Amino acid sequence: MGCVFMLCKDGSKKESMMKKIYAFESKCLGCGLCEVHCRTAHSKSKDIVKTHKRENIASAIVIEENLSSNTVSYFALQCRHCENPKCIKACISGAMYKDDSGIVLNNKEKCVGCLSCILVCPFGVIKKNDDGRSVSKCDLCVGSCEPFCVKNCPNEAIKFLDEDGARALI
Amino acid sequence: MSLNFNTPDFEVIRNENRCIQCKVCVRQCANTVHFYDEEDNVICADDTKCVNCHRCVTLCPTKALVIRKYPLEFRENSNWSGKVIKEIYKQSQTGGVLLSSMGNPEPFTVYWDKMLLNASQVTNPSIDPLREPMETKVMIGRKPEKLEFDSNGKLLTKMPPNIELKIPVMFAAMSYGAISRNAHESLARAAEELGIFYNTGEGGLSKDFYRYGENTIVQVASGRFGVHKKYLNAGAAIEIKIGQGAKPGIGGHLPGKKVGEDISATRMIPVGSDAISPAPHHDIYSIEDLRQLIFSLKETTDYKKPVFVKIAAVHNSAAIASGVVRAGADAVVVDGFRGGTGAAPTRVRNSVGIPIELALAAIDQRLREEKIRNYCSLIVAGSIRNSSDIVKAVALGADAVYIGSAAVIALGCHMCHSCSTGKCNWGIATQYPELVKRLNPDIMYKRLVNLISAWNHEIQELLGGMGINAIESLRGNRLMLRGVDLNEKELEILGIKYAGE
Repeated sequence: MGCVFMLCKDGSKKESMMKKIYAFESKCLGCGLCEVHCRTAHSKSKDIVKTHKRENIASAIVIEENLSSNTVSYFALQCRHCENPKCIKACISGAMYKDDSGIVLNNKEKCVGCLSCILVCPFGVIKKNDDGRSVSKCDLCVGSCEPFCVKNCPNEAIKFLDEDGARALI
Repeated sequence: MSLNFNTPDFEVIRNENRCIQCKVCVRQCANTVHFYDEEDNVICADDTKCVNCHRCVTLCPTKALVIRKYPLEFRENSNWSGKVIKEIYKQSQTGGVLLSSMGNPEPFTVYWDKMLLNASQVTNPSIDPLREPMETKVMIGRKPEKLEFDSNGKLLTKMPPNIELKIPVMFAAMSYGAISRNAHESLARAAEELGIFYNTGEGGLSKDFYRYGENTIVQVASGRFGVHKKYLNAGAAIEIKIGQGAKPGIGGHLPGKKVGEDISATRMIPVGSDAISPAPHHDIYSIEDLRQLIFSLKETTDYKKPVFVKIAAVHNSAAIASGVVRAGADAVVVDGFRGGTGAAPTRVRNSVGIPIELALAAIDQRLREEKIRNYCSLIVAGSIRNSSDIVKAVALGADAVYIGSAAVIALGCHMCHSCSTGKCNWGIATQYPELVKRLNPDIMYKRLVNLISAWNHEIQELLGGMGINAIESLRGNRLMLRGVDLNEKELEILGIKYAGE
């Protein structure tokens, strides 16, 4: 079973118990339902149709595709919630921060849309919103027990695991 | 280029009010029915390519899709129906044999639905399986004439090899090649968890699956793909495939494009070469020849494994089964005309063979009359759809059943009858890696376990209702069956009375 990303090994004990989203390329259908449910989860209406017809939200999870003729592969990509996030260091307005549980978040009130975080993110997982003045990134759907992308993946290709759980699967 | 007479079979109906242009349907359809029109920001569909597999319908997050029968009608004619006309169009365009997949869909009588089970009332109490022991275990293999014990009660009779099924259901032979590796893995893992067996089919056994050997039946068919000593000894039993219910008298053909690295290694044929299974076994032209093969296989496996022989249900099945038993088979598998297939000529699938219910009744009766019923177990296949079909089959004389179509339906098959195209959107009947991975064995084996466990509960309820506490006590007890809507001849062959008698 191939896991696309590994966690940093030198995480503190608290962070090592933090659950993160793991992508399994061998199971990913490339259907894009994670993107649909990510946008819906972060919408005002929380309704799939209304979200997509009336609201303009960038999905914080994106399906990466390789559609060359001999190897077709896909996997879901989103914020890795790094141990030492470059986006926080680069943020000029202090909008990007890490909360007590280790989740890297973007405070929309403070964000000035300089897009420095997008420039420095090594995974390319921070997305510019259509208004051009703010960014979207994975917040692990704080407040719900499981991120919506994970909950709605039809093939269990993305899982919400702590480090031990992830290690057992890899 | 001449005029194409073919019209679509299905129509894609999209509710534009609900469609959010997320392109899930576009990405999921291997038949490329759906496509995105960037200019107008709409998703469109090419109905001619749709096989009605429901992949897009199931995955559409807003439930915006419905697939309907294409509404175009021909002038009403009960002889020259639209189906008949379209088949002629297709053949006159291609010059080819019509190919179909899955079992016979024609409206022949389903005898299971014409038989009703008994239940206890007043004089003999029914049994509640939730409170009292109820056994659904069966042993498959030859049974001795009698049991002999010494003065200490120790068994003297040498017992022939038998395999134990916790539930009288097995997963039917579907080869690695016809179905995907992930489908095979799901079947193997489910069989292991359930204490039953799955059948490798004729495509050999991938080296990664030897660890499920105790729950595997290895098949030897006319193509002898992947057959070697280690393979024969890997499983719990061996099955010689003579015929298949969907296509009696016909061999098989796995197109070369499906023969990738792993299938090539498993089948022991070059990558990309067509895998042709001849119609007959070229070393079997008589019952004596069959006996030779049965005993070669027994010799190879040290007489430790039962050998099954699978035949298609055809006109003379009873006499054929008798010969098969006398040739030394430990179990006879009979596959009815509704049995599934990855690909068969349409004419063969739809008009060759007989219903499994009649074949089963005739074979069980014949073997009893000839006093050789205990020499073998009788396993039936060919569209066992639910637990009551199983109970009725056992009452007609079967020891166990094989399920193929029901098993793949549990894995997501939507019976679109397009296996032969190799583009199964559900990852079952395909070898394209990007489609195979749509079937996640971690999820799917549990669905099989759920299905068979549910059926087991229902079997126990039905048995309990009849006041029977072990499925072995029901076998061949045709008094537990009554017929409705059947004529005298049908009742005679089934060996059952009419309802009310």
